[in-house]
Amino acid sequence: MNFKLKDIVPQLITVLAVVLVFGFFTYNAQINMENRGIDFGYGFLSQESSFDVQFSLIEYDGSHSYFRAYLVGLLNTILVSVIGIIIATILGVIVGIARLSPNYLINKFAAFYVEFFRNIPLLLQIFFWYFAALRALPLPQDAEAMFGVFFLTIKGLYVPAFIWQNFNIFFYSIIAAIIAIIVIRAHAKKVQENQGKQIPVFLISIGLIFILPLLSFLIGGVRLSFEVPVLKQLATTSFIYEGGVSLPPELIALTLSLSLYTATFIAECVRAGIQGVGKGQKEAAASIGLTPNQVLKLVIMPQALRIIIPPTTNQYLNLTKNSSLAAAIAYPDLVLVFAGTALMQTGKAIEIVSITMFTYLTLSISISILMNWYNKKIAIQEK
Amino acid sequence: MFKYLKQLTSLVAMVAVLFTFTTESMAAKKSKTLKNTQKKGFVRCGVSQGLPGFSNADAAGNWTGVDVDVCRAVAAAVLGDANKVKFTPLSAKERFTALTSGEIDILSRNTTWTLSRDADIGLTFVGVNFYDGQGFMVRKSSGITSTSQFKNGISACTNIGTTTELNMRDFFNSKGISYEPVAFEKADEVVAAYDAGRCDTYTTDKSGLAAQRTKMKNPDEHIVLPETISKEPLGPVVRQGDAVWEDIVRWSLNTMIEAEEYGITSANADMMKTSDNPAIKRLVGAEGELGAAFGLDNDWSLRIIKQVGNYGESYKRNIADTGILPDRGPNQLWTKGGILYVPPAR
Repeated sequence: MNFKLKDIVPQLITVLAVVLVFGFFTYNAQINMENRGIDFGYGFLSQESSFDVQFSLIEYDGSHSYFRAYLVGLLNTILVSVIGIIIATILGVIVGIARLSPNYLINKFAAFYVEFFRNIPLLLQIFFWYFAALRALPLPQDAEAMFGVFFLTIKGLYVPAFIWQNFNIFFYSIIAAIIAIIVIRAHAKKVQENQGKQIPVFLISIGLIFILPLLSFLIGGVRLSFEVPVLKQLATTSFIYEGGVSLPPELIALTLSLSLYTATFIAECVRAGIQGVGKGQKEAAASIGLTPNQVLKLVIMPQALRIIIPPTTNQYLNLTKNSSLAAAIAYPDLVLVFAGTALMQTGKAIEIVSITMFTYLTLSISISILMNWYNKKIAIQEK
Repeated sequence: MFKYLKQLTSLVAMVAVLFTFTTESMAAKKSKTLKNTQKKGFVRCGVSQGLPGFSNADAAGNWTGVDVDVCRAVAAAVLGDANKVKFTPLSAKERFTALTSGEIDILSRNTTWTLSRDADIGLTFVGVNFYDGQGFMVRKSSGITSTSQFKNGISACTNIGTTTELNMRDFFNSKGISYEPVAFEKADEVVAAYDAGRCDTYTTDKSGLAAQRTKMKNPDEHIVLPETISKEPLGPVVRQGDAVWEDIVRWSLNTMIEAEEYGITSANADMMKTSDNPAIKRLVGAEGELGAAFGLDNDWSLRIIKQVGNYGESYKRNIADTGILPDRGPNQLWTKGGILYVPPAR
């Protein structure tokens, strides 16, 4: 009994202290807001926002609500984070492995890349890619077409739009291919465990992912055409491209800087992970006749991943949070649209900042949960 | 004997309580912000992050501009020295929070007076020190000379967190033109992006356009279109709830404007003390007790005129002579065809 009390009392005191501190701040804010005639409430979320946003994944204009503006910002944040995480991971793994390459040139080049990009503040890199690199891009009317259909200009990257007929059939064919691959992989694993025979899963997978969609074109009636951007004149010297899809330069600059920056940290995680696997493992694997590729894939990587995942999760979280620097270059993310424009137009500082903080918290925790789940999955399973 | 002592004590206590109440109400009248300002020895003033003519810092960190002069006038009035101002550069987004949270005491940052800002967010606008309107800037080479030549797909660079964003939508919507808004947090970045060719037009208050044009690589390549799409009365703002401080800021600005009306300048202010006109004598503190109402001495307005100058001097020094807007337009006295008209100081 006494022992239990000793356990509980410090915790109770801590909880009380936390409650008191929060209570004080809430009370203080309430008093001050009352004195200054500021109302507190979330009713503004349903009001008409009456401002437009440059780039949105959902249909939005100023006649929609502030809540919709919040969604626009949130989706833009998620978009840039997801693309950034994918590119940073691919680049990070390549560079991390390259840093361990016995080839002097590759090794040093990777080391230079890591040291250069991780030691320059991210905001400066964003400014560099946006302002310095942007200025070097041609005006729309001077842009040379890449492959005849892509136009990289100061106003953004214009790419052809896909125009589908019977898109659903194409979509189902891809789903079917993915399911087939999963089934074949499971089968191949069983075959190998029972008979020691290896089925070339990789080649079969590639074949499936190409052949099934191709069939959907040949016999499924799927048609795909492209809408190529066309130059349109607005005034004597101002032009834009019409048709196709335009990716704003803000998105490109932000994705580029976030991925190049974060990839350096991921590369170091990968290097640490691979080096953390005992040398004996590699030698033992080689001695039983595995090829270097198999050694990496079957022996090194599964063990290295356990070391790589936790710190890489941190990098994913950093990238997501760093995406809020978007405000500096006009990419309409959550901070710019909601904690920026919406906050200014409504003056609801406490409400909006708390919603924004809570949103980032939720995003980060979701990434954490996902990565922890993956980490658990690849952890050593004691039999 | 003890009986009397008891009564005496309660009497003393009552007097003490009464006395505390009277001093309390006197102090309250003196205004908390004023008291704090006098204790600190400087006026805390929120300005822009660099808008030539309005609030701009030179290489040595000296702030100049018509918005800056409002704060200097208040410093001259309440502290006796126009230089005792601490300037805090703020982005459009930060400005109101800085004021309501008490980080600054005056916001003099080309801020548009609107109903929702005045009524909703705990602020009080004290007056107008510049009548402005939103306009558009384009490259001369584009051949555009009027907003009627705007076409679907035009991209417009601007600042976030301003009335500009809202006016722009109203304008393009009413004309039925689809546009791409590119909104930055800082003015310098808007200018850099527009100058680089990211946008076809740059839109903000016309005074801002004229001022920012001077920052461009080649100012002569850009023109401001003649159309004005909104009313933008810009003026200083204070926190709601301190009426005396509000009055001090309002009448510091009014003093500058009225001084111009009566021809009192920083050079002739002292001589004006012997003027025949009682209105002039009141403004230079030679007659009446105008300062007492704010808890200030009687020379408060004289100090403003002597140290900062009248509105005309401030305009000439900051906006006309710097080539930003040589023509005063609506910001001329009502007696000279403008709309500057302030209530009389009496």
